[in-house]
Amino acid sequence: MPKITFIEHNGAEHQVDAENGLSVMRAAIDNLVPGIDADCGGECSCATCHVYVDPSWMDKVGQPADREESMLDLNPERESTSRLSCQIPVTDELDGLVVRVPEFQM
Amino acid sequence: MSEAVDNDLRNLDYEPDPYKVALESLDPAQPALFFHAAEGPYFDRLRAEDPVHLTPDNEEFGRYWSVTRYEDIKYVDMHHEIFSSEGGITISDQDEDFTLPMFIAMDPPKHDEQRKVVAPVAGPRNLATLEPTIREHVCEILDSLPIGETFNWVDRVSIELTTRMLATLFDFPFEERRKLTRWSDVATAAPGTGIVESEDQRRAELLECLEFFTGLWQERASRKEPGNDLISMLAHGQSTRDMLNRPMEYLGNLVLLIVGGNDTTRNSLSAGVLALNQNPDQYDKLRANPDLIPNMVSEIIRWQTPLAHMRRLALQDTELAGKQIKKGEKVVMWYVSGNRDPEVFDDPNAFIIDRPNARKHMSFGFGIHRCMGNRVGEMQLRIAWEEILKRYQKVEVVGEPVRNYSVFVHGYTELPVRLIGK
Repeated sequence: MPKITFIEHNGAEHQVDAENGLSVMRAAIDNLVPGIDADCGGECSCATCHVYVDPSWMDKVGQPADREESMLDLNPERESTSRLSCQIPVTDELDGLVVRVPEFQM
Repeated sequence: MSEAVDNDLRNLDYEPDPYKVALESLDPAQPALFFHAAEGPYFDRLRAEDPVHLTPDNEEFGRYWSVTRYEDIKYVDMHHEIFSSEGGITISDQDEDFTLPMFIAMDPPKHDEQRKVVAPVAGPRNLATLEPTIREHVCEILDSLPIGETFNWVDRVSIELTTRMLATLFDFPFEERRKLTRWSDVATAAPGTGIVESEDQRRAELLECLEFFTGLWQERASRKEPGNDLISMLAHGQSTRDMLNRPMEYLGNLVLLIVGGNDTTRNSLSAGVLALNQNPDQYDKLRANPDLIPNMVSEIIRWQTPLAHMRRLALQDTELAGKQIKKGEKVVMWYVSGNRDPEVFDDPNAFIIDRPNARKHMSFGFGIHRCMGNRVGEMQLRIAWEEILKRYQKVEVVGEPVRNYSVFVHGYTELPVRLIGK
Protein backbone atom coordinates (compact mmCIF):
# COMPACT_ATOMS: atom_id res chain seq x y z
CA MET A 1 0.00 0.00 0.00
CA PRO A 2 1.33 3.48 -0.84
CA LYS A 3 2.30 5.58 2.17
CA ILE A 4 1.18 9.20 2.47
CA THR A 5 2.43 11.71 5.02
CA PHE A 6 0.13 14.48 6.22
CA ILE A 7 1.78 17.36 8.09
CA GLU A 8 -0.55 19.35 10.31
CA HIS A 9 -0.34 23.12 10.69
CA ASN A 10 1.42 22.63 14.04
CA GLY A 11 4.02 20.36 12.45
CA ALA A 12 2.61 17.04 13.68
CA GLU A 13 3.21 14.31 11.09
CA HIS A 14 0.88 11.42 10.28
CA GLN A 15 2.10 8.68 7.97
CA VAL A 16 -0.77 6.49 6.78
CA ASP A 17 -1.25 3.52 4.49
CA ALA A 18 -3.46 4.56 1.62
CA GLU A 19 -5.54 2.30 -0.55
CA ASN A 20 -5.04 2.43 -4.31
CA GLY A 21 -8.04 3.84 -6.15
CA LEU A 22 -9.41 5.75 -3.18
CA SER A 23 -8.66 9.44 -2.73
CA VAL A 24 -5.98 11.09 -0.61
CA MET A 25 -8.87 12.70 1.32
CA ARG A 26 -10.28 9.23 2.10
CA ALA A 27 -6.85 8.10 3.35
CA ALA A 28 -6.86 11.05 5.78
CA ILE A 29 -10.43 10.52 6.99
CA ASP A 30 -10.05 6.74 7.38
CA ASN A 31 -6.91 7.23 9.46
CA LEU A 32 -8.36 10.05 11.57
CA VAL A 33 -5.88 12.67 10.38
CA PRO A 34 -7.03 16.00 11.86
CA GLY A 35 -7.61 19.09 9.74
CA ILE A 36 -9.42 17.51 6.77
CA ASP A 37 -13.16 18.15 7.07
CA ALA A 38 -14.45 16.84 3.72
CA ASP A 39 -17.97 18.07 4.44
CA CYS A 40 -19.37 17.13 1.03
CA GLY A 41 -18.03 13.59 1.19
CA GLY A 42 -15.62 13.84 -1.73
CA GLU A 43 -17.38 15.46 -4.67
CA CYS A 44 -15.35 18.58 -5.18
CA SER A 45 -18.20 20.76 -3.96
CA CYS A 46 -17.15 22.18 -0.58
CA ALA A 47 -13.36 22.64 -0.68
CA THR A 48 -12.90 21.53 2.95
CA CYS A 49 -10.27 18.91 2.11
CA HIS A 50 -7.73 21.49 0.95
CA VAL A 51 -4.04 20.48 1.16
CA TYR A 52 -0.73 21.94 0.04
CA VAL A 53 1.14 19.34 -1.95
CA ASP A 54 4.87 19.23 -1.26
CA PRO A 55 6.41 21.04 -4.27
CA SER A 56 8.63 18.05 -5.12
CA TRP A 57 5.47 15.94 -5.66
CA MET A 58 3.54 18.44 -7.76
CA ASP A 59 4.63 16.88 -11.09
CA LYS A 60 3.30 13.48 -10.13
CA VAL A 61 0.12 14.78 -8.49
CA GLY A 62 -0.69 17.16 -11.33
CA GLN A 63 -2.81 20.28 -11.66
CA PRO A 64 -6.48 20.66 -10.70
CA ALA A 65 -9.19 20.18 -13.33
CA ASP A 66 -11.72 22.93 -14.08
CA ARG A 67 -14.31 22.23 -11.40
CA GLU A 68 -11.66 21.85 -8.72
CA GLU A 69 -9.98 25.00 -9.97
CA SER A 70 -13.21 26.98 -9.55
CA MET A 71 -13.54 25.79 -5.94
CA LEU A 72 -9.89 26.38 -5.04
CA ASP A 73 -9.99 29.78 -6.60
CA LEU A 74 -12.44 30.99 -3.93
CA ASN A 75 -9.99 30.31 -1.13
CA PRO A 76 -7.93 33.31 -0.03
CA GLU A 77 -5.29 30.92 1.38
CA ARG A 78 -4.77 29.21 -1.95
CA GLU A 79 -1.17 28.62 -3.05
CA SER A 80 0.34 27.31 -6.29
CA THR A 81 0.54 23.78 -4.86
CA SER A 82 -3.03 23.79 -3.45
CA ARG A 83 -5.20 20.81 -4.30
CA LEU A 84 -8.46 19.34 -3.03
CA SER A 85 -7.40 15.99 -1.64
CA CYS A 86 -10.68 14.33 -2.68
CA GLN A 87 -9.60 14.88 -6.30
CA ILE A 88 -6.25 13.08 -5.98
CA PRO A 89 -6.61 9.31 -6.52
CA VAL A 90 -4.03 7.19 -4.73
CA THR A 91 -1.72 5.17 -7.00
CA ASP A 92 1.57 3.32 -6.54
CA GLU A 93 3.23 6.31 -8.16
CA LEU A 94 2.28 8.42 -5.17
CA ASP A 95 3.97 6.13 -2.62
CA GLY A 96 5.77 8.52 -0.24
CA LEU A 97 3.61 11.57 -1.06
CA VAL A 98 3.85 14.46 1.42
CA VAL A 99 1.06 17.04 1.83
CA ARG A 100 0.56 19.85 4.36
CA VAL A 101 -2.83 20.46 5.96
CA PRO A 102 -3.87 24.13 6.36
CA GLU A 103 -4.66 25.62 9.75
CA PHE A 104 -8.37 25.99 8.88
CA GLN A 105 -10.56 24.60 6.14
CA MET A 106 -12.87 27.17 4.52
CA MET B 1 -43.36 42.30 15.89
CA SER B 2 -46.46 44.13 17.09
CA GLU B 3 -49.16 42.09 18.75
CA ALA B 4 -51.85 43.01 16.22
CA VAL B 5 -49.77 41.86 13.27
CA ASP B 6 -48.73 38.81 15.19
CA ASN B 7 -52.36 37.81 15.71
CA ASP B 8 -53.14 38.40 12.04
CA LEU B 9 -50.39 36.00 11.06
CA ARG B 10 -51.44 33.42 13.62
CA ASN B 11 -54.90 33.30 12.10
CA LEU B 12 -53.73 32.89 8.52
CA ASP B 13 -55.18 29.87 6.87
CA TYR B 14 -52.95 26.89 6.15
CA GLU B 15 -53.41 23.14 5.85
CA PRO B 16 -51.21 21.30 8.34
CA ASP B 17 -51.76 17.91 6.70
CA PRO B 18 -50.11 17.65 3.27
CA TYR B 19 -52.04 14.44 2.57
CA LYS B 20 -55.28 16.44 2.43
CA VAL B 21 -53.89 18.23 -0.63
CA ALA B 22 -53.67 16.60 -4.08
CA LEU B 23 -50.02 15.90 -4.86
CA GLU B 24 -50.04 18.04 -8.01
CA SER B 25 -51.36 20.99 -6.01
CA LEU B 26 -48.84 20.71 -3.21
CA ASP B 27 -47.14 24.08 -2.79
CA PRO B 28 -44.51 24.32 -0.07
CA ALA B 29 -43.70 28.01 -0.67
CA GLN B 30 -46.28 29.31 1.80
CA PRO B 31 -44.96 31.62 4.50
CA ALA B 32 -47.79 30.53 6.82
CA LEU B 33 -46.45 26.96 6.82
CA PHE B 34 -43.05 28.13 7.98
CA PHE B 35 -44.55 30.56 10.49
CA HIS B 36 -46.36 27.61 12.11
CA ALA B 37 -43.41 25.20 11.78
CA ALA B 38 -45.65 23.04 9.61
CA GLU B 39 -43.43 22.79 6.53
CA GLY B 40 -41.74 19.51 7.54
CA PRO B 41 -44.53 17.07 6.56
CA TYR B 42 -44.91 18.81 3.18
CA PHE B 43 -41.28 18.12 2.36
CA ASP B 44 -41.47 14.58 3.78
CA ARG B 45 -44.24 13.87 1.30
CA LEU B 46 -42.48 15.50 -1.62
CA ARG B 47 -39.20 13.66 -0.98
CA ALA B 48 -41.11 10.38 -0.88
CA GLU B 49 -43.56 10.88 -3.74
CA ASP B 50 -42.42 13.65 -6.06
CA PRO B 51 -38.90 14.75 -5.16
CA VAL B 52 -38.57 17.22 -8.04
CA HIS B 53 -41.96 18.89 -8.02
CA LEU B 54 -43.59 21.54 -10.16
CA THR B 55 -45.83 24.22 -8.70
CA PRO B 56 -47.30 25.92 -11.76
CA ASP B 57 -48.95 28.92 -10.19
CA ASN B 58 -47.97 30.06 -6.70
CA GLU B 59 -49.93 33.23 -6.05
CA GLU B 60 -46.88 35.22 -4.99
CA PHE B 61 -43.94 33.49 -6.65
CA GLY B 62 -45.40 32.11 -9.88
CA ARG B 63 -44.20 28.91 -11.50
CA TYR B 64 -41.32 27.11 -9.78
CA TRP B 65 -39.73 23.69 -9.29
CA SER B 66 -39.06 22.33 -5.80
CA VAL B 67 -35.96 20.17 -5.42
CA THR B 68 -36.28 18.32 -2.13
CA ARG B 69 -33.76 15.45 -1.94
CA TYR B 70 -30.20 15.90 -0.71
CA GLU B 71 -28.44 14.49 -3.77
CA ASP B 72 -30.57 16.36 -6.28
CA ILE B 73 -30.06 19.64 -4.40
CA LYS B 74 -26.33 19.07 -4.38
CA TYR B 75 -26.39 18.37 -8.11
CA VAL B 76 -28.19 21.65 -8.83
CA ASP B 77 -25.89 23.61 -6.53
CA MET B 78 -22.77 22.19 -8.19
CA HIS B 79 -23.87 22.76 -11.78
CA HIS B 80 -23.84 26.52 -11.96
CA GLU B 81 -23.35 26.33 -15.73
CA ILE B 82 -26.88 24.87 -16.00
CA PHE B 83 -28.54 26.47 -12.99
CA SER B 84 -27.78 30.17 -12.87
CA SER B 85 -27.79 32.52 -9.90
CA GLU B 86 -27.84 35.61 -12.10
CA GLY B 87 -30.44 38.11 -10.97
CA GLY B 88 -31.64 36.56 -7.75
CA ILE B 89 -31.25 33.69 -5.32
CA THR B 90 -34.60 33.66 -3.55
CA ILE B 91 -37.90 32.40 -4.86
CA SER B 92 -39.28 35.92 -5.14
CA ASP B 93 -38.13 37.88 -8.16
CA GLN B 94 -36.54 41.27 -7.65
CA ASP B 95 -38.61 44.22 -8.84
CA GLU B 96 -37.34 45.47 -12.15
CA ASP B 97 -37.28 49.06 -10.94
CA PHE B 98 -35.34 48.24 -7.76
CA THR B 99 -32.79 45.59 -8.60
CA LEU B 100 -29.93 44.98 -6.22
CA PRO B 101 -27.02 43.24 -7.93
CA MET B 102 -24.85 41.28 -5.49
CA PHE B 103 -22.19 38.68 -6.05
CA ILE B 104 -24.20 35.79 -4.63
CA ALA B 105 -26.67 36.54 -7.43
CA MET B 106 -24.08 36.55 -10.21
CA ASP B 107 -22.45 33.81 -12.26
CA PRO B 108 -18.73 33.48 -12.97
CA PRO B 109 -16.58 35.30 -13.81
CA LYS B 110 -17.99 38.41 -12.08
CA HIS B 111 -19.09 36.41 -9.04
CA ASP B 112 -15.59 35.05 -8.50
CA GLU B 113 -13.92 38.43 -8.92
CA GLN B 114 -16.12 40.19 -6.39
CA ARG B 115 -16.27 37.36 -3.89
CA LYS B 116 -12.50 37.13 -3.82
CA VAL B 117 -12.24 40.74 -2.69
CA VAL B 118 -14.22 40.22 0.52
CA ALA B 119 -13.55 36.54 1.24
CA PRO B 120 -10.41 37.19 3.33
CA VAL B 121 -12.52 38.87 6.03
CA ALA B 122 -13.88 35.43 6.91
CA GLY B 123 -10.70 33.61 5.95
CA PRO B 124 -8.43 31.59 8.22
CA ARG B 125 -5.98 34.39 8.94
CA ASN B 126 -8.69 36.75 10.14
CA LEU B 127 -10.46 34.03 12.14
CA ALA B 128 -7.63 33.69 14.62
CA THR B 129 -7.71 37.45 15.20
CA LEU B 130 -11.48 37.44 15.62
CA GLU B 131 -11.72 34.72 18.24
CA PRO B 132 -10.79 36.82 21.31
CA THR B 133 -13.03 39.68 20.10
CA ILE B 134 -15.99 37.33 19.73
CA ARG B 135 -15.38 35.85 23.17
CA GLU B 136 -15.21 39.29 24.74
CA HIS B 137 -18.58 40.24 23.23
CA VAL B 138 -20.16 36.93 24.19
CA CYS B 139 -19.05 37.32 27.81
CA GLU B 140 -20.21 40.92 28.01
CA ILE B 141 -23.64 40.05 26.64
CA LEU B 142 -24.14 36.98 28.84
CA ASP B 143 -22.95 38.78 31.96
CA SER B 144 -25.57 41.49 31.41
CA LEU B 145 -28.49 39.02 31.47
CA PRO B 146 -30.85 38.68 34.44
CA ILE B 147 -31.07 35.34 36.24
CA GLY B 148 -34.56 34.00 36.91
CA GLU B 149 -36.45 36.61 34.87
CA THR B 150 -38.21 36.04 31.57
CA PHE B 151 -36.72 37.82 28.55
CA ASN B 152 -36.53 37.44 24.77
CA TRP B 153 -33.39 35.44 23.93
CA VAL B 154 -33.62 36.48 20.26
CA ASP B 155 -33.29 40.15 21.02
CA ARG B 156 -30.91 40.18 23.94
CA VAL B 157 -28.51 37.45 22.87
CA SER B 158 -28.91 36.24 19.27
CA ILE B 159 -29.42 39.64 17.67
CA GLU B 160 -27.06 41.45 19.97
CA LEU B 161 -24.16 39.07 19.42
CA THR B 162 -24.45 38.78 15.65
CA THR B 163 -24.95 42.52 15.28
CA ARG B 164 -21.82 43.24 17.29
CA MET B 165 -19.90 40.79 15.15
CA LEU B 166 -21.16 42.42 11.99
CA ALA B 167 -20.26 45.87 13.32
CA THR B 168 -16.76 44.54 13.96
CA LEU B 169 -16.41 43.11 10.44
CA PHE B 170 -17.62 46.39 8.87
CA ASP B 171 -15.80 48.55 11.43
CA PHE B 172 -19.23 50.16 11.80
CA PRO B 173 -19.86 52.89 14.42
CA PHE B 174 -20.50 50.65 17.42
CA GLU B 175 -23.21 52.72 19.13
CA GLU B 176 -25.27 52.73 15.96
CA ARG B 177 -24.99 49.00 15.39
CA ARG B 178 -28.73 48.29 15.68
CA LYS B 179 -29.08 50.08 12.35
CA LEU B 180 -27.49 46.95 10.89
CA THR B 181 -30.09 44.75 12.55
CA ARG B 182 -32.85 46.94 11.19
CA TRP B 183 -31.47 46.91 7.64
CA SER B 184 -31.04 43.17 7.79
CA ASP B 185 -34.68 42.73 8.77
CA VAL B 186 -35.91 45.26 6.22
CA ALA B 187 -33.96 43.70 3.38
CA THR B 188 -35.71 40.34 3.63
CA ALA B 189 -39.11 41.49 4.88
CA ALA B 190 -42.31 41.28 2.91
CA PRO B 191 -44.52 44.37 3.34
CA GLY B 192 -47.29 44.00 5.91
CA THR B 193 -45.62 41.31 7.98
CA GLY B 194 -44.74 43.53 10.88
CA ILE B 195 -41.37 44.88 9.79
CA VAL B 196 -42.30 47.31 7.03
CA GLU B 197 -45.75 48.53 6.04
CA SER B 198 -45.09 49.00 2.35
CA GLU B 199 -42.61 48.37 -0.42
CA ASP B 200 -42.02 52.15 -0.57
CA GLN B 201 -41.00 52.16 3.07
CA ARG B 202 -38.68 49.22 2.48
CA ARG B 203 -36.93 50.96 -0.40
CA ALA B 204 -36.65 54.23 1.50
CA GLU B 205 -34.97 52.50 4.43
CA LEU B 206 -32.58 50.60 2.17
CA LEU B 207 -31.61 53.87 0.48
CA GLU B 208 -30.83 55.27 3.94
CA CYS B 209 -28.58 52.27 4.41
CA LEU B 210 -26.83 53.08 1.13
CA GLU B 211 -26.38 56.70 2.15
CA PHE B 212 -24.88 55.78 5.50
CA PHE B 213 -22.48 53.30 3.95
CA THR B 214 -21.54 55.74 1.19
CA GLY B 215 -20.16 57.95 3.95
CA LEU B 216 -18.19 55.03 5.35
CA TRP B 217 -16.86 54.16 1.89
CA GLN B 218 -15.61 57.70 1.30
CA GLU B 219 -13.91 57.77 4.66
CA ARG B 220 -12.24 54.36 4.12
CA ALA B 221 -11.28 55.08 0.51
CA SER B 222 -9.44 58.24 1.55
CA ARG B 223 -7.25 56.39 4.05
CA LYS B 224 -3.78 55.65 2.73
CA GLU B 225 -3.46 52.42 4.69
CA PRO B 226 -6.53 50.29 3.91
CA GLY B 227 -8.10 48.74 7.00
CA ASN B 228 -8.99 45.05 7.07
CA ASP B 229 -12.73 45.69 7.39
CA LEU B 230 -15.20 44.81 4.65
CA ILE B 231 -15.79 48.37 3.45
CA SER B 232 -12.06 49.07 3.13
CA MET B 233 -11.68 45.81 1.21
CA LEU B 234 -14.38 46.84 -1.26
CA ALA B 235 -13.11 50.41 -1.56
CA HIS B 236 -9.55 49.29 -2.28
CA GLY B 237 -10.14 45.93 -4.04
CA GLN B 238 -9.18 45.87 -7.68
CA SER B 239 -12.47 44.41 -8.95
CA THR B 240 -14.66 46.47 -6.64
CA ARG B 241 -13.06 49.89 -6.12
CA ASP B 242 -15.29 51.55 -8.71
CA MET B 243 -18.42 50.00 -7.21
CA LEU B 244 -19.53 53.29 -5.65
CA ASN B 245 -20.30 54.42 -9.22
CA ARG B 246 -22.87 51.62 -9.27
CA PRO B 247 -24.71 52.46 -6.05
CA MET B 248 -27.34 49.73 -6.38
CA GLU B 249 -24.60 47.14 -6.71
CA TYR B 250 -22.90 48.54 -3.62
CA LEU B 251 -26.22 48.36 -1.77
CA GLY B 252 -26.83 44.84 -3.08
CA ASN B 253 -23.51 43.59 -1.77
CA LEU B 254 -24.06 45.36 1.55
CA VAL B 255 -27.42 43.64 1.90
CA LEU B 256 -25.76 40.33 1.10
CA LEU B 257 -23.07 40.77 3.74
CA ILE B 258 -25.50 42.15 6.32
CA VAL B 259 -28.11 39.42 5.88
CA GLY B 260 -25.51 36.69 5.38
CA GLY B 261 -23.64 37.70 8.49
CA ASN B 262 -26.64 38.34 10.64
CA ASP B 263 -29.87 36.40 10.14
CA THR B 264 -28.17 33.07 9.75
CA THR B 265 -26.08 32.95 12.88
CA ARG B 266 -28.81 34.76 14.80
CA ASN B 267 -31.35 32.08 14.06
CA SER B 268 -28.96 29.24 14.72
CA LEU B 269 -28.15 30.72 18.11
CA SER B 270 -31.85 30.78 18.97
CA ALA B 271 -32.43 27.36 17.46
CA GLY B 272 -29.86 25.73 19.72
CA VAL B 273 -31.71 26.89 22.83
CA LEU B 274 -35.03 25.65 21.48
CA ALA B 275 -33.67 22.30 20.30
CA LEU B 276 -31.97 21.56 23.62
CA ASN B 277 -35.18 22.38 25.48
CA GLN B 278 -37.21 20.11 23.24
CA ASN B 279 -34.61 17.35 23.78
CA PRO B 280 -33.64 17.38 27.45
CA ASP B 281 -31.61 14.17 27.03
CA GLN B 282 -29.37 16.05 24.60
CA TYR B 283 -29.01 18.95 27.05
CA ASP B 284 -27.89 16.41 29.69
CA LYS B 285 -25.43 14.89 27.23
CA LEU B 286 -24.01 18.33 26.48
CA ARG B 287 -23.60 19.28 30.15
CA ALA B 288 -21.84 15.97 30.76
CA ASN B 289 -19.53 16.45 27.78
CA PRO B 290 -18.91 20.02 26.58
CA ASP B 291 -16.40 18.64 24.07
CA LEU B 292 -19.44 17.86 21.95
CA ILE B 293 -20.00 21.58 21.28
CA PRO B 294 -18.31 21.73 17.84
CA ASN B 295 -20.35 18.80 16.53
CA MET B 296 -23.49 20.18 18.17
CA VAL B 297 -22.93 23.44 16.29
CA SER B 298 -23.10 21.54 12.98
CA GLU B 299 -26.17 19.65 14.18
CA ILE B 300 -27.90 22.92 15.13
CA ILE B 301 -27.15 24.34 11.70
CA ARG B 302 -28.54 21.17 10.10
CA TRP B 303 -31.61 20.99 12.31
CA GLN B 304 -32.50 24.64 11.85
CA THR B 305 -31.34 25.33 8.27
CA PRO B 306 -31.42 29.11 8.85
CA LEU B 307 -31.94 29.85 5.15
CA ALA B 308 -34.67 27.50 3.95
CA HIS B 309 -33.80 27.64 0.27
CA MET B 310 -31.77 29.10 -2.56
CA ARG B 311 -33.14 29.42 -6.06
CA ARG B 312 -31.61 29.11 -9.51
CA LEU B 313 -32.80 29.70 -13.08
CA ALA B 314 -32.34 26.98 -15.70
CA LEU B 315 -30.09 28.29 -18.50
CA GLN B 316 -31.14 25.44 -20.80
CA ASP B 317 -33.69 22.65 -21.03
CA THR B 318 -32.49 19.96 -18.66
CA GLU B 319 -33.59 16.79 -16.89
CA LEU B 320 -33.54 16.29 -13.15
CA ALA B 321 -34.76 13.10 -11.47
CA GLY B 322 -36.78 12.28 -14.59
CA LYS B 323 -38.46 15.69 -14.80
CA GLN B 324 -38.05 17.99 -17.78
CA ILE B 325 -37.10 21.46 -16.65
CA LYS B 326 -37.39 24.14 -19.31
CA LYS B 327 -34.96 26.94 -19.97
CA GLY B 328 -35.83 30.00 -17.87
CA GLU B 329 -37.77 28.15 -15.17
CA LYS B 330 -37.15 28.75 -11.48
CA VAL B 331 -35.56 25.90 -9.56
CA VAL B 332 -35.77 26.10 -5.77
CA MET B 333 -33.30 24.05 -3.75
CA TRP B 334 -35.00 23.42 -0.42
CA TYR B 335 -32.00 23.01 1.88
CA VAL B 336 -34.48 22.70 4.75
CA SER B 337 -35.70 19.49 3.11
CA GLY B 338 -32.30 18.12 2.06
CA ASN B 339 -31.19 18.42 5.67
CA ARG B 340 -34.04 16.09 6.68
CA ASP B 341 -33.43 13.52 3.94
CA PRO B 342 -33.48 10.04 5.55
CA GLU B 343 -31.23 8.72 2.76
CA VAL B 344 -28.42 10.80 4.26
CA PHE B 345 -29.36 11.41 7.90
CA ASP B 346 -30.70 8.59 10.08
CA ASP B 347 -33.77 9.63 12.04
CA PRO B 348 -33.51 13.02 10.34
CA ASN B 349 -36.02 14.93 12.44
CA ALA B 350 -34.23 14.07 15.68
CA PHE B 351 -31.77 16.54 17.18
CA ILE B 352 -28.69 14.50 18.10
CA ILE B 353 -25.71 16.56 19.22
CA ASP B 354 -23.22 13.78 18.54
CA ARG B 355 -24.71 12.81 15.19
CA PRO B 356 -21.73 11.36 13.31
CA ASN B 357 -22.36 13.05 9.96
CA ALA B 358 -23.83 16.36 11.14
CA ARG B 359 -21.15 18.21 9.16
CA LYS B 360 -22.68 16.88 5.94
CA HIS B 361 -25.57 19.32 6.32
CA MET B 362 -26.30 21.48 3.30
CA SER B 363 -27.13 24.73 5.08
CA PHE B 364 -23.98 26.37 3.67
CA GLY B 365 -24.76 25.18 0.16
CA PHE B 366 -22.26 23.43 -2.11
CA GLY B 367 -20.23 24.61 -5.08
CA ILE B 368 -18.97 28.08 -5.90
CA HIS B 369 -21.65 29.89 -3.90
CA ARG B 370 -20.95 27.95 -0.71
CA CYS B 371 -21.28 30.20 2.34
CA MET B 372 -18.25 32.45 2.66
CA GLY B 373 -18.74 33.15 6.37
CA ASN B 374 -19.33 29.55 7.49
CA ARG B 375 -16.30 29.45 9.79
CA VAL B 376 -17.11 32.80 11.41
CA GLY B 377 -20.66 31.62 12.03
CA GLU B 378 -19.53 28.34 13.52
CA MET B 379 -16.99 30.10 15.68
CA GLN B 380 -19.61 32.46 17.13
CA LEU B 381 -21.90 29.56 17.95
CA ARG B 382 -19.12 27.49 19.47
CA ILE B 383 -17.89 30.30 21.71
CA ALA B 384 -21.43 31.26 22.71
CA TRP B 385 -22.17 27.69 23.85
CA GLU B 386 -18.85 27.36 25.67
CA GLU B 387 -19.63 30.47 27.70
CA ILE B 388 -23.31 29.61 28.22
CA LEU B 389 -22.38 26.22 29.68
CA LYS B 390 -19.90 27.82 32.06
CA ARG B 391 -22.54 30.17 33.46
CA TYR B 392 -25.94 28.50 33.58
CA GLN B 393 -27.44 25.21 34.59
CA LYS B 394 -30.08 25.80 31.94
CA VAL B 395 -31.42 28.34 29.48
CA GLU B 396 -35.05 27.40 29.91
CA VAL B 397 -37.64 28.14 27.23
CA VAL B 398 -40.73 29.38 29.08
CA GLY B 399 -43.13 30.23 26.25
CA GLU B 400 -43.93 29.59 22.62
CA PRO B 401 -41.36 30.79 20.09
CA VAL B 402 -42.53 33.13 17.34
CA ARG B 403 -41.13 32.27 13.92
CA ASN B 404 -40.38 34.38 10.85
CA TYR B 405 -43.20 34.73 8.36
CA SER B 406 -40.96 33.81 5.46
CA VAL B 407 -40.10 30.95 3.12
CA PHE B 408 -36.48 32.13 3.01
CA VAL B 409 -35.28 33.30 6.43
CA HIS B 410 -36.02 30.32 8.65
CA GLY B 411 -35.84 31.52 12.21
CA TYR B 412 -37.35 33.20 15.21
CA THR B 413 -38.40 36.69 16.24
CA GLU B 414 -39.20 35.72 19.83
CA LEU B 415 -37.98 33.04 22.19
CA PRO B 416 -38.97 33.69 25.80
CA VAL B 417 -36.46 32.19 28.20
CA ARG B 418 -35.41 32.21 31.84
CA LEU B 419 -31.89 31.51 33.02
CA ILE B 420 -31.25 29.03 35.77
CA GLY B 421 -27.90 29.77 37.43
CA LYS B 422 -25.41 27.13 38.45
